[in-house]
Amino acid sequence: MLSYILRRLAIAIPTLILVSMFIFTLQKILPGDPALALAGEERDAAALEFIREKYKLNDPIYEQYLAWAGGALKGDLGISLRTNQPVTELIGQKLPVTIQLAVMAIIIAFIIGIPMGVLSAVKKGTVFDYIANIVALSGLSIPNFWLGIMLILLVSVNLGWLPASGYVSPFIDPLRSLETMIMPAFVLGTALAATLMRHTRSAMLGVLRADYVRTARSKGLGETVVVIKHAFRNALLPIVTMTALLFGELLAGAVLTEQIFTIPGFGKLIVDAVFTRDYAVVQGVVLCTAVGYLLINLVADIVYFLLNPRMRSVL
Amino acid sequence: MTDVLDNEANDLLPARSGNRAWKKLKHNRSALLGLILVSFFIVAALAAPILPIADPAATSWSAIRKAPSAAHWLGTDEIGRDILSRMIWGARASLMAGVVSVIVATIIGVPLGLLSGYFGGWIDQVISRITDALLATPFLILAIALAAFLGPNLTNAMIAIGLSAMPKFVRLTRGQVLSVKTEDYVEGARAVGLADFSIISRYILPNVFAPVLVQATLTVATAIIAEASLSFLGLGQQPPDPSWGSMLNVAKNFLTQAPWMAWWPGAAIFLVVLGFNLLGDGLRDALDPREG
Repeated sequence: MLSYILRRLAIAIPTLILVSMFIFTLQKILPGDPALALAGEERDAAALEFIREKYKLNDPIYEQYLAWAGGALKGDLGISLRTNQPVTELIGQKLPVTIQLAVMAIIIAFIIGIPMGVLSAVKKGTVFDYIANIVALSGLSIPNFWLGIMLILLVSVNLGWLPASGYVSPFIDPLRSLETMIMPAFVLGTALAATLMRHTRSAMLGVLRADYVRTARSKGLGETVVVIKHAFRNALLPIVTMTALLFGELLAGAVLTEQIFTIPGFGKLIVDAVFTRDYAVVQGVVLCTAVGYLLINLVADIVYFLLNPRMRSVL
Repeated sequence: MTDVLDNEANDLLPARSGNRAWKKLKHNRSALLGLILVSFFIVAALAAPILPIADPAATSWSAIRKAPSAAHWLGTDEIGRDILSRMIWGARASLMAGVVSVIVATIIGVPLGLLSGYFGGWIDQVISRITDALLATPFLILAIALAAFLGPNLTNAMIAIGLSAMPKFVRLTRGQVLSVKTEDYVEGARAVGLADFSIISRYILPNVFAPVLVQATLTVATAIIAEASLSFLGLGQQPPDPSWGSMLNVAKNFLTQAPWMAWWPGAAIFLVVLGFNLLGDGLRDALDPREG
């Protein structure tokens, strides 16, 4: 087991180093002088030189990279140009908001996607299956920012049921928080539900063909028992690990969803940073995302490894 | 000897499987629906200059935010431009972004995947690690960062989307190469001393073609949404040139006064993306030899 984790880590680390180099050079190949951006209104040559010295912009690029990466390892991602806050602190403030949104979206996606996937596998080839597939494909094809706008139009503007924007922390007012987040979470959850439905369906189809399901049926067990106890339980493992891999999709979706519903989360942070040319924040956010993605993948692999009896026997 | 191998390969590959695939595709109703949707938008985009529609940039102060009517079928926008005309011209930006970025992704991704899978060793190591690194950053976030760094315009958005989609093609091609590399006919070609380049182009590339085509079709769908997302955020097509994403960006400010401004661009993105997804799914079923 340990050797497996170590082997996986051995692959993840060079990947992470490459990501960090990539993120760093991206900023360096930019047109424009970062010193000018930092100086703001100040155009005085001495002031520019002072800034270059202060931010070590005159050092060779590999030294700059090492300084940045070294800082990142210690949790120091630099200072935001716009708010003068440490980037780590900003990310720490915004990330919980996005995590709340993401968790709610995943719950909604599970509630919709999994039963639909199971049913359409069981009823393969029927009208239900056909409609479920069309619905899922539509869920994948609908741009989620448009879905968000349409929901605001219907639910907030026309019906006046839910607020169109804003954010309240669940620790301050859980009910208000739910009220402001349910619509964005639904928007973010739909694409996910569609993907989940398709994976659940194909995983279930695979399992329903397996010998042990045929055995269970031939024992005279009821169809519901066979489907839930024998088939679904075994199909669940690939579904759960698949969800981990949807993390990237979720985060990208959050960027647009937060933009539409003006939720002050991680996604809005990156968009605002991009527009204000707040490069330290852009770098920090992208780096954090990559670390999160690699970690979640690693955990998903390990969980899969641990839960899969066939893999365990390899040990 | 090489002739024998050649004939066999010609016999087995594109022509015959292409015909069979087309027959299967013709009988797949959802794929046909996809094809119709896609063709409709392509025709509209291509015909934009000759259609009897208003100038997409012509503003009119007497027709600001007018609801759909006989004069303006889809209504007008915040400065009195005809939305139908902007939708049709906007189709050009969306479709071009979808197709061009996928071309960028395939012409970089497929050769890298071929190199990586065929030669293995350190080449494979280097290419695979770079692919992993790119895949570790979510597609849209990578595209946003690239587009922001390159500067906001449609060309850069297409490059950014293409580069972000590229690693998928490297992975797919590499996997495909690995699975055919050990086939007898490839081993045979190598045994008779055929050059690597010939082996790749004659025996390996045709096997990579089908899955890449499927992936490309589905990626056009993703790329169209990505372009719309970038334009929506202001990182793609710049005003006054029309694009569905930037139209939505403006429309969201007039939801109470002119909701129709938001209806059409989103519906168009949805339909064209649905079309490419249906077509891609259909192609996958048609080209998959395992499906009966």
